[in-house]
Amino acid sequence: MASSSPAEEVTILRPSRGWMDLNLREVWRYRELIYFLTWRDIKVRYKQTFLGAAWAIIQPFFTMVVFTLFFGRLAKVPSDNVPYPIFSYAALLPWQLFSKALSQAGRSLVASRNMITKVYFPRLIIPLATLFGGLVDFVIAFLVLLGMMAYYHVSISARIWTLIPFLLLALVTALGVGLWLSALNVLYRDVGYTLPFLTQFWMFITPIAYSSTLVPPKWRLVYALNPMAGVVDGFRWALLGTPTGPGPALWVSTGVAVLVLISGLYFFRRMERQFADRV
Amino acid sequence: MYALRVHDLGKRYTLGAQVNAYDTLRDVLASKLPRLRRKPPTNEAGDDMTHIWALRHVSFDVPQGSVLGIIGKNGAGKSTLLKILSRVTEPTEGYAEIRGRVGSLLEVGTGFHPELTGRENIYLNGAILGMRREEIDRKFDEIVEFSEIGRFLDTPVKRYSSGMYVRLAFAVAAHLEPEILVVDEVLAVGDAAFQRKCLGRMSDVAQGGRTVLFVSHNMSAILNLTKEAIVLEKGQIVFRGPTPEAVDYYLSSSMTHSGEKVWAAEEIPARAAPFRPVALRVKDARGRTTDAVRSTEPVTIEIEYALDAPIQGLRVGIYLLSTRGEYVFTSFDTDDQEAFQRWETRPAGRYVSRCTIPADLLNGGRYMVSINASAYNVRRYFQEDNAVAFTVDATGAPGSQWAEARPGLVRPRLDWEIEHEA
Repeated sequence: MASSSPAEEVTILRPSRGWMDLNLREVWRYRELIYFLTWRDIKVRYKQTFLGAAWAIIQPFFTMVVFTLFFGRLAKVPSDNVPYPIFSYAALLPWQLFSKALSQAGRSLVASRNMITKVYFPRLIIPLATLFGGLVDFVIAFLVLLGMMAYYHVSISARIWTLIPFLLLALVTALGVGLWLSALNVLYRDVGYTLPFLTQFWMFITPIAYSSTLVPPKWRLVYALNPMAGVVDGFRWALLGTPTGPGPALWVSTGVAVLVLISGLYFFRRMERQFADRV
Repeated sequence: MYALRVHDLGKRYTLGAQVNAYDTLRDVLASKLPRLRRKPPTNEAGDDMTHIWALRHVSFDVPQGSVLGIIGKNGAGKSTLLKILSRVTEPTEGYAEIRGRVGSLLEVGTGFHPELTGRENIYLNGAILGMRREEIDRKFDEIVEFSEIGRFLDTPVKRYSSGMYVRLAFAVAAHLEPEILVVDEVLAVGDAAFQRKCLGRMSDVAQGGRTVLFVSHNMSAILNLTKEAIVLEKGQIVFRGPTPEAVDYYLSSSMTHSGEKVWAAEEIPARAAPFRPVALRVKDARGRTTDAVRSTEPVTIEIEYALDAPIQGLRVGIYLLSTRGEYVFTSFDTDDQEAFQRWETRPAGRYVSRCTIPADLLNGGRYMVSINASAYNVRRYFQEDNAVAFTVDATGAPGSQWAEARPGLVRPRLDWEIEHEA
């Protein structure tokens, strides 16, 4: 907490009303807690499971196999002249990161009930920590992608660096939606039941099994209201050179994502004071 | 200079939020719909019924470097007060001004993960309590030494005994070195030696110029550690003064139950269901309910209760304590092997569990009876501390030919043999 001279520091506890400021400085002061919680999640996950880190690969890999069989081979879904396996895997990577972050963030507060009702720290830390846990899985699964690219002789271009902003876009979206859901889940447990349905639904409106080039041009901007469409398009463009590079649609996606994040932050802060009493 | 100043603090809980733990959207919609239809509300007194003030109009201040005891029965608002001061929950009205960092030992071991080792949990728990990494590094050896876990440092804590677990958790919290330390009943755990160590640590903290708020049911700990105390009753401060006076006030005000406690429906927490306490009585040898018995006669403790549904493995019993908070004994109605098997599942219905404390066991003095209804290792249905108090009169007890106060909680009539070797 306080670093220099905490004795001088006077905290006033009083009822807060209405919309509060975000107080991100305090979150920053607690940054080590984010690190420890992320580290705990990863450690426990790999300690408790038999296959450990292999899970990070198994999920996207087998989804890719199934997609390739049914959408690629049988339904012959066009894949922008890229081998279908790598076409779908490049999309599954950010998608898995997003969907895991979303469902874990959504449940995070309720799952951390024990801590919330007993110790004070900025509650924002909890959904934040779940977000970073997924990044490790992402990196592991990404190594497989590099292997696949070598296998299919897809050369890596300098565009690969643009993955970082696209990854950021995925995280911003996941955090924004995750904040809304986690706060709502404390108040109404319906959210927990909605999560599987929501992620499934969201997957269908994201170009994972298919290419966004199938969407008629006049609907592209509407389609881009789903920020994950921008993320997946960006991933494919950066890695595989598909014709889905940055354009007006990406701005729409980014705008929506930022809006969701900011509104999520304020909503979360507003609800925060009720967490300990209601969770 | 004050370390803590509390002004007109109040906390209101919505009953629905407490009782149902959470709402579903449907409940909310259902409760809003009648209003949309503009029907008159069905429950006129609704507003007053759904809110309770766990704490109200509480004002006090604590000078820096002092130790303040907080005494009160369960539900008097102690935990709510501590929760507000440790920033877990917000007050509904009023404010508190706090100088420096507050460390709470409200619930030690928060965030401990059973799969992680002792070493890993020290870091995790330290971070949750607000310690910096380098701060933990610096105090690491001290924490390990204090906790006495030694060579189990790299063993997952799920393999720890409960004593080790608590020691480790307390060790981390005790090294937080906050300006204000809030301690709640942590001393109820651990063995006597460790308890002494914890108490020692607390007085070190106080002597180091830090401020301690200490909440306990253990009157001897309160008396030992604090010079001043406040007494909370129904969410308000009813007494503040030197600790011995506060303890007297508390004992005399809250213990006059005339040997009987009868529970009103609203006193029973919803989580007790399907267990429903009806009454707890102390009866003398003639079967009269009384709060004054003689040590030379047997005393009967009677628990009347109802089960709204069958409960498996239920045990109903009592803790007998001195007014200083020392345990005399614990006893349950299915302690006996035969009774344990006979009542493996208790069907729904009304019950009376009755036990007799034999004559010539207790010493003269005042005793408190706490009641507990639980299924071992499964669930605690109901517990009320110090539900009934009674006084034991030692007239005619062994050795009463000497008008002296005999130390000790029991005063048994033992078979002495005097051998004379001439």
